[in-house]
Amino acid sequence: MTLQFNDETFRDDYSFHNSDRAIKRFPFPFHEDSYMYSVNMEQHRGGPADSIYEKRFDVDEHYLSEMRDRAMVLADDPLRCQSLPHMTLAGWDLLELVMVSKSEDYPDMFELHRDGDTWRWVNKPLGIDHTFTFLDEATLPYGPMEYIARQTQGDFCVLDQRDDNLWMDAGMITTQADWSLDFDLGMNFFEWHAPVPLAHEKGIFVRALKFLLNIQQGAPARRLNWTMTVNPLLDTSPENYHKWGIQKTSVTPDNIGAKQHLRVELQTFFRLPRSNALVFPIRCYLCSFQDLMTAPKWGRRLHRVIRDLPDELATYKGFSDNRSMMLDYLSTFDDGQPTSDGIWADLDTEPALIP
Amino acid sequence: MSGAQKLAVTVTDIVPVTDLVTRFVFKRTDGGLLPTFSGGAHTVVEMRGDNTVRMNPYSLMSDPMDQSAYTISVRRDNEGRGGSVFMHTCVNIGDQMVISHPVNLFSLDLRAKKQLFIAGGIGITPFLAQIKQSERLGGRWELHYASKSKALAAYGDDLLAKHPSDVNIYHSDQGQRIDTERLLDGQPIGTHVYVCGPKSLIDHVRTTAAAHGWPRENIHYEEFLAPQPGKPFEVKLAISNKVIHVGEQESLLEAMERSGVDAPYLCRGGACGQCETQVIDYTGNFIHRDHWLDDAEHASGAKIMPCVSRFEGKTLVLDR
Repeated sequence: MTLQFNDETFRDDYSFHNSDRAIKRFPFPFHEDSYMYSVNMEQHRGGPADSIYEKRFDVDEHYLSEMRDRAMVLADDPLRCQSLPHMTLAGWDLLELVMVSKSEDYPDMFELHRDGDTWRWVNKPLGIDHTFTFLDEATLPYGPMEYIARQTQGDFCVLDQRDDNLWMDAGMITTQADWSLDFDLGMNFFEWHAPVPLAHEKGIFVRALKFLLNIQQGAPARRLNWTMTVNPLLDTSPENYHKWGIQKTSVTPDNIGAKQHLRVELQTFFRLPRSNALVFPIRCYLCSFQDLMTAPKWGRRLHRVIRDLPDELATYKGFSDNRSMMLDYLSTFDDGQPTSDGIWADLDTEPALIP
Repeated sequence: MSGAQKLAVTVTDIVPVTDLVTRFVFKRTDGGLLPTFSGGAHTVVEMRGDNTVRMNPYSLMSDPMDQSAYTISVRRDNEGRGGSVFMHTCVNIGDQMVISHPVNLFSLDLRAKKQLFIAGGIGITPFLAQIKQSERLGGRWELHYASKSKALAAYGDDLLAKHPSDVNIYHSDQGQRIDTERLLDGQPIGTHVYVCGPKSLIDHVRTTAAAHGWPRENIHYEEFLAPQPGKPFEVKLAISNKVIHVGEQESLLEAMERSGVDAPYLCRGGACGQCETQVIDYTGNFIHRDHWLDDAEHASGAKIMPCVSRFEGKTLVLDR
């Protein structure tokens, strides 16, 4: 398949858009008509053809534009990418994982030629053909984690594992849902999750940590997480809250379908073999409400989930002020019919909306 | 499926190292590359006998960057349940075997300013890989290796020849001992100590380090326990609704697996915590051998680690 890359922006004029294919493969995060935290992990070993689960690192129509946006964020704020000194080996692990995965999964776009420690990396979409020495930082223009993360969609938390805990000791974070690497750097799993409501009381994090500490080589895992974003912004960081926070007040009943986006993170977890660290890629997918409503099942379900969500979660996810406006809009796409299990749109089997 | 992902390998070399230790080299049966790993990782080797499948963990001792082969060293234990004896007597060059992906429960803390390795006997094996990793990455390290005699000090001569200023070997038959007090008292700030070997050595190093004010996070140890034989006993598995018999020469975990119960595990040596199982009811005494549960948990009778621990008594009901 030859991928056509969009020429689009995630700022200013917000020309970001999803093709029909991108809407169809959007990772709708609700497998039932309600939502509560759970340790919703599964093995990350492929999935339905052309789904975002199919490849280890999904490359889609937004690739080039997302990489352009990342470069702009880094130019404004270099602290979005940091790696403590002991994490360099894990950075090489990540570079190897991505290069091997992409060259095997997308041979038409990426090539990796290895001769001992002399590696040649070809990234056709970005026009890169680079020969370097593995484990020799001097032969790369950036550190290994930054080098590969500038060529890979999604944020990357690289977590050191020691003392029965995980530590946020390196990362490339430019498409985040309102958290800061610069603030969290060096924190352990419980410290960086401290602001999350309700989940601590449910023991979610103790169980999640136990699961993550035991992720083994050759057995990556994944889960979906979600929030809401007004305008298709990738960079919803605390550092730039003064720029994007105010945009939440620009939503009106007339523009909500186009402006309000469901933001879904495909979170994956891989054990890094050489360092025994864990990499936690967080890939952000955006879809406007009006595009989501093209799938009748998603329209019905999104209305029910947002309607029944505990207030704490709406506040934590930052949309409590606009919630009633969302519900006014979404309720017109919910005719009360039952929905099928699972996240997929089931366009062929779900009944059309009864107006 | 429990445990780590599996690899199909072929035994390509078997080399006697000392009177007790033999080295085995595995290559991928399909000719492909093996995964890289980090120093301190182990693999679980499946040993298929006539009626039994034993799975023992062995530290990987080869260069973690070398993807062409994995190497382990097995010390023959004639008193054990036969896993090491099986490796020594039943495995031949050319045999196909199944091993797990590498799992590391004893990895280096890469923040360390210096890595201080203390090995006793066959406990040398994880350090062989860690030394290769440290050399490749330019890290500072020092090894202190205690052995019964020069003849039994596996890899001692190699290590001394390659790293004469970093390796110190002690032969107890010549009255040589690691002076742990002195060793731990004089280390630069930021040193991490790693100890692998008999329980007495591990306890001694941990106690001495704690007494000298070492932070808990800077002390690392690994002791794989082989499951010990014991009196047979019966167990009721509540979830599976089965009563199983644990034989003299098998572990509780192995008996569950033999009965078709898919119980979780990783290290099978009492270290990793994966197989922790809740006790629903019991009348009798536990023989706890793991070092995952603490003393209070052992005394509580609420949990058991079926990979190494046993039971003597009338009734044992587990939540499995």
